[in-house]
Amino acid sequence: MTRYSAWSLVRAGFAGQRTWGPAWRDATPRKRYQAIIIGGGGHGLATAYYLASRHGIRDIAVLERGWIGGGNTGRNTTVIRSNYFYPESSRFYDFSLTLYEGLSRELNYNIMFSQRGMWSFAHDRHGVEMLRRSVNAMRLNGVDAEYHEADEVQRRIPGLNPSPRFPILAGLLQPRGGTARHDAVAWGYARAADSLGVDIIQNCDVTGFDIRGGRIVGVQTTQGDIAAECVGMAVAGHSSVMAERAGFRLPIISYALQAFVSEPLKPVFDTVVLAPSTGTYLSQSDKGELVIGSGLDLFPSYAQRGSLPVLEHTAAGLIDLFPQFSRVRLLRQWAGIVDVVADSTPILGESPVKGLYLNCGWGTGGFKAIPGGGFCLAHHMATGEAHPLAAAFSLDRFRTGALIDEAAASGIAH
Amino acid sequence: MLLIECPWCGPRAESEYRCGGESPIVRPADPAATDDAAWADYLFYRDNVKGLSFERWHHRFGCGLWFNIARDTVSHRILAIYGITDPRPVLGPGA
Amino acid sequence: MSGYRLERSGDIDRSRPINFRWEGRSYTGFAGDTLASALLASGVRMIGRSFKYHRPRGLIAAGLDEPNFIVQLERGAGTTPNLKAPYVELYDGLDAAPVNAWPSLRFDLLAANSIFKRFIPAAFYYKTFMWPTWRLFEPLIRKAAGLGASPKLPDPDCYEQTSAHIDVLIVGGGIAGLAAAQHAAMSGKSVMLVTGGRHWGGRLAGTSDSVEGKPAAVWIKDMLRTFTAMPNVTLMTRTLATGHFDHGMVSLCERLTDHMPIHERSGPRQRFWRVRADALILATGAIERPLVFRGNDRPGIMLAGAARAYLHRHAVVAGREIVVATTNDSAWYAAFDLAEAGATIVAIIDTRPSPSPALVERAEALGIMVHASMAPTEAIGRQTVRAVRIGCVSSAGRIHGATQTLPCDLLLMSGGWNPAVHLHSQGAGRLKFDPGLSSFIPEAESSGHRIIGGAAGDFARYSTLAAAPEQAVTRRPGPPQAALWSISESDVPDAEAWVDFQNDVTAGDIALAARENFRSVEHLKRYTTLGMASDQGKTSNVNGIGILSTLLAKSIEAIGTTKFRPPYDPIPFGLLAGHRIGDGLRPRRQLALHDWHVGRNASFEEYGGWMRPAAYLRPGESEADAVRREVLAVRTEVGIFEASPLGKIEVKGPDAAAFLDLMYVNRISTLKPGRCRYAIMLSENGTVFDDGVVTRLTDDHFLVGTTSGHAAIITEAFREWLQCEWTTMRVLVEDVTTCWAVANVVGPQTRSVLDTLASDIDFSADAFAHMTAQRGYIGGIPARVARVSFTGELSYEIAVPWRCAGALWETLIAAGSSHGIVPFGVEALMTLRIEKGFLHIGADTDGTTLPQDIGLGAIMAKKTQDFVGRRSAHRPDGLRGDRRSFVGLEATDGNAAPLAIGAHILPAGTTQPQPGEGWVTSSTWSPTLGAPLALAMIERGEKRIGENVRVWDLGAWREARITRACRYDPQGTRLDV
Repeated sequence: MTRYSAWSLVRAGFAGQRTWGPAWRDATPRKRYQAIIIGGGGHGLATAYYLASRHGIRDIAVLERGWIGGGNTGRNTTVIRSNYFYPESSRFYDFSLTLYEGLSRELNYNIMFSQRGMWSFAHDRHGVEMLRRSVNAMRLNGVDAEYHEADEVQRRIPGLNPSPRFPILAGLLQPRGGTARHDAVAWGYARAADSLGVDIIQNCDVTGFDIRGGRIVGVQTTQGDIAAECVGMAVAGHSSVMAERAGFRLPIISYALQAFVSEPLKPVFDTVVLAPSTGTYLSQSDKGELVIGSGLDLFPSYAQRGSLPVLEHTAAGLIDLFPQFSRVRLLRQWAGIVDVVADSTPILGESPVKGLYLNCGWGTGGFKAIPGGGFCLAHHMATGEAHPLAAAFSLDRFRTGALIDEAAASGIAH
Repeated sequence: MLLIECPWCGPRAESEYRCGGESPIVRPADPAATDDAAWADYLFYRDNVKGLSFERWHHRFGCGLWFNIARDTVSHRILAIYGITDPRPVLGPGA
Repeated sequence: MSGYRLERSGDIDRSRPINFRWEGRSYTGFAGDTLASALLASGVRMIGRSFKYHRPRGLIAAGLDEPNFIVQLERGAGTTPNLKAPYVELYDGLDAAPVNAWPSLRFDLLAANSIFKRFIPAAFYYKTFMWPTWRLFEPLIRKAAGLGASPKLPDPDCYEQTSAHIDVLIVGGGIAGLAAAQHAAMSGKSVMLVTGGRHWGGRLAGTSDSVEGKPAAVWIKDMLRTFTAMPNVTLMTRTLATGHFDHGMVSLCERLTDHMPIHERSGPRQRFWRVRADALILATGAIERPLVFRGNDRPGIMLAGAARAYLHRHAVVAGREIVVATTNDSAWYAAFDLAEAGATIVAIIDTRPSPSPALVERAEALGIMVHASMAPTEAIGRQTVRAVRIGCVSSAGRIHGATQTLPCDLLLMSGGWNPAVHLHSQGAGRLKFDPGLSSFIPEAESSGHRIIGGAAGDFARYSTLAAAPEQAVTRRPGPPQAALWSISESDVPDAEAWVDFQNDVTAGDIALAARENFRSVEHLKRYTTLGMASDQGKTSNVNGIGILSTLLAKSIEAIGTTKFRPPYDPIPFGLLAGHRIGDGLRPRRQLALHDWHVGRNASFEEYGGWMRPAAYLRPGESEADAVRREVLAVRTEVGIFEASPLGKIEVKGPDAAAFLDLMYVNRISTLKPGRCRYAIMLSENGTVFDDGVVTRLTDDHFLVGTTSGHAAIITEAFREWLQCEWTTMRVLVEDVTTCWAVANVVGPQTRSVLDTLASDIDFSADAFAHMTAQRGYIGGIPARVARVSFTGELSYEIAVPWRCAGALWETLIAAGSSHGIVPFGVEALMTLRIEKGFLHIGADTDGTTLPQDIGLGAIMAKKTQDFVGRRSAHRPDGLRGDRRSFVGLEATDGNAAPLAIGAHILPAGTTQPQPGEGWVTSSTWSPTLGAPLALAMIERGEKRIGENVRVWDLGAWREARITRACRYDPQGTRLDV
């Protein structure tokens, strides 16, 4: 595999860019693998990569129903942050962020992680108190966080409405937060995993599971039956559908999360902002588009379609923050299907079927967790033990009541 | 924007309603005698069907009535509307 | 300079010249022109620079498919970036500039990118800029990217939103749409016919093509005249259908003032329509494909259909020496019309071996040379096309044999037509590939709407007209057209042949993507950005898919298309926001006595959706001063507080008591009529959800008090339980919060004030005990009075009908004046309740707090029945011994400043920041005790009373001691009066 660099681009340039090989092979499934990952999104590909690179397991297949990165990895608004309240979340997401910081060079693939800072606002006294509580929690958990009063927020974010409907009384800034090129994360992991011998198999839907004595021994797919010692499932959005094929239910409801981009503009906005008042979040992509996200459609859905109510609400939220964007135009709207759980915290670890591991329940925030989610799932699959960072995310918490309710605790939408 | 036929008020826009999730969800008759796992099942575990789903909706900005809907969660087509205590309708293939 | 205007014809008004500015220079057009047509008529050729390589570009299209001519319209607050010039109607004083060139179109510095093109193919950025860090390169990339500039100032315009319910909505004002409208209207149905532009008749506007035996222009005019006599038909121009959503809703963007001179504009700029129709007919026409060959992006190369449209609509001839290259018949008619208008058609190049003899005959009659089996192989020229090389090509687009060069100043091309299936596809309609047309056409049976005319791949006028009234027609296949996806010398697509003009994606880039295994059509799009520009790939997608299919030797159908996403063309965010600007975003709720509070210089803040006085500032007072004064007045004399937002829900019926027992942790059924009880409500997940005072009015009638923000939610929750779970309980629930305004009179002097009122209520201690309620009249106003206290002082809450609030308030103020009655705000109330250690739900609790965490363990244990949340509170996690609990906190460091709310609690002796064991939830300076006080949630807090802890806030340490929550009058003697 050619190593990517400015130099290799120049060399290829003299050869009409015809010297590049495939970024990953389209593999034909073998009869048996040591490990199978269902789902060729960011989490699945990262799991395969870390199994291969950290645990020396190379006998792996990633089974993707459609095309890799085609689910939420390719539909999200690309925000990466670790501004969580509870220590369990805070440590996990910050670990993920740290992996992101070295990811381009580790994978030799520029995922364009742009640490332009991530802001979250408080709009009333209570919001300010909760924001301060979050800043303190983050800092005590070793995560970078700054608390800024209204004037400083206005000074640091040029163009922010000085008198919005929902006043901005304080801001939480996580300087290490930012955005990355979402597709590149999937492609980068795919290319790196492939180079370590992982088989990536697209257009391969898992239609059933071979379970003997409560233990997984293989999967049935549209490309034939495949045996495996252990199986990881990373199909957020469709987790319940896959779980049903394995004979169990999950504490998950699927919703459509709406997202939008504007037409490309010259640089006008150099950070990432979340306004809890309207749930609007905003960044500007390298290509110049304003990338805007907000709420879920209000009913369970598996339709990846844009809808009007959330769009109208979000447009209003955007203009409340930045009235000058009123004349900027919406280019494209779409939706991704997200796994919503009661406590806005992921489910990582064992399923009711032995040898079948879960990576799901990411809510609206799975993208930032890709390296961490893949890393911890790989650890669990390779060692049989939960990674300490993910131990609290077990399915069992719904029975014990040990929910880690980030939305309730921090006032930040997740 | 869905168009939902409230049994009391007639067809109204989605924005007048609130979806209350799968229906029916039966509350265990004797919670104190229900074990943790069964209680979790009642509280959190759902079929979350891709396709035909039975769910309850509330005409929030209208008459305030709760009623049931059979809806396809992919196409969002509404296949039946029935009372909150009515049994789930049997919908034939192709419905 | 080669485009020019004809002396006559066209839908323009030559008596009304329009002056405008382009790139700082003055030009003149006519009423009826667009910015594109006026500049084309003025001979301007280079109108933009491409996104990545900054190559010179010219106008290629006549509609929203235009990828190159993207402009920044106007300056200042009213500027709009990224408009497509063929859709910008000319108005007097219009001022437009290109978006992607600096310092000017002709001398663009970034044109240097073009030199490095071979090193920066599609997706090159994934392969480099990693060392030392992306952050170093990113600003340069960002600066180079982007098209127009965002406005810097708030939008001076407003937008309107509206809805329509009609029988038939027809999208598209071409002949298919007009004919369909006429048919639908004759049956008496209400019909709405919308077209995005200013013209009716679509591509036939202004032509002499025959429609039902009449010249098209006459047919269109007659049709419009018919409609004027039909009140059931609504015709809307400048109204673009932008999206097709669930359950058949269609969104429209109507441009109301954009075509007017700025000083003549008034009212909303645009109107957003949400339309529901019983029947939807899509007659959205088709979009022409460019040919993909070396240098095909040079200025002076246009779509043939666009040149024809400019000729007929605007009387503009786009060039003088014209070569026409095509794969199908349509471009021949463009050639004929232009020739007849006086232009020189150098040649018609058709890739098909034997174009229809009728066409060839007509070409010969006009003296036009015809080359069959040939295609353009390269365009020559830089800032404008000067000549075209043509040669023989195979059906796969490979050039073979000798080429020849034809000089020209305009090259018209047509690679076939793509039905505009966007709205069909958004509405869940499926597509199939039609090999005869070489394009995707709708599967009619797959959707709930109808699609006709060009949008259905039906380009024959007679069958379109027949399809409009839903007559059975079998579409006659159009004259065969050659599929030709790209032209190149070898099997490797040409890296100098453009597919997506705006995003600078070439055929070579598609080959690169395929080579690197980005072979799914979605991967191709995302890797190369093909089809992701502001035209959403209208001219490029199908060509790109065709090239990929050739490379992979896979059928086009197997490759499929990417998803069509709304909107069809970009729409302003302001249009989508509509009225939801400023207070329109969420109205502010005002108290019953808002104006009175304003008169007393209240500082208002929004609490739980209500604008409430935080404090009443006297001259020279800070908020802290005012709060201190108000608190002391309540503790020593008497204060008055407007508590109208307090939630009030009436619960009535034979099963009301049993129902409330299920809703509350506390037992309600044991309450006697006339008595009140403070009660806590949980969510079914066991967490503390709300608190308030429940009053039993009569045996079967309760008044439930909730926190101010929660009344509506709790009413809904009650109804949900009653309708969905306990369906046999006979209980009615009504939220009466805004029926009753509430004045709360508080303080040791309260009774002396109330005793002076003209009332049938006896406020004395014996007659009106703490935690009881009475009904009566005060000054003739019906009142519900409850003796309850959130401050620890003697307190009466007096509720009267909202409309009587002013009269009651004046009465109370007058009665209290001799006792120095002081109005107090929310912040004083907060200080008073913190002194008492009273819980404030949502501040001291969060979504994880269980009842046992706030000291309700004993009450739960005593109650035998089930209630909502009980089971959940007793899961293993709820039984942990180290849960956080609700306690007080006093500063021990001699610092008079209150502890910060949100500060974290760490064990005594901690010196390094580390995860804490709780946090400060409420905090204030207590004027009563003369000390800072706080409330907190701390691990095992109730077992650690008296223990010292450290408090950490934003890097600063404080010292404190855990106390009981209640710090003032713990025995409650002040209520015992």
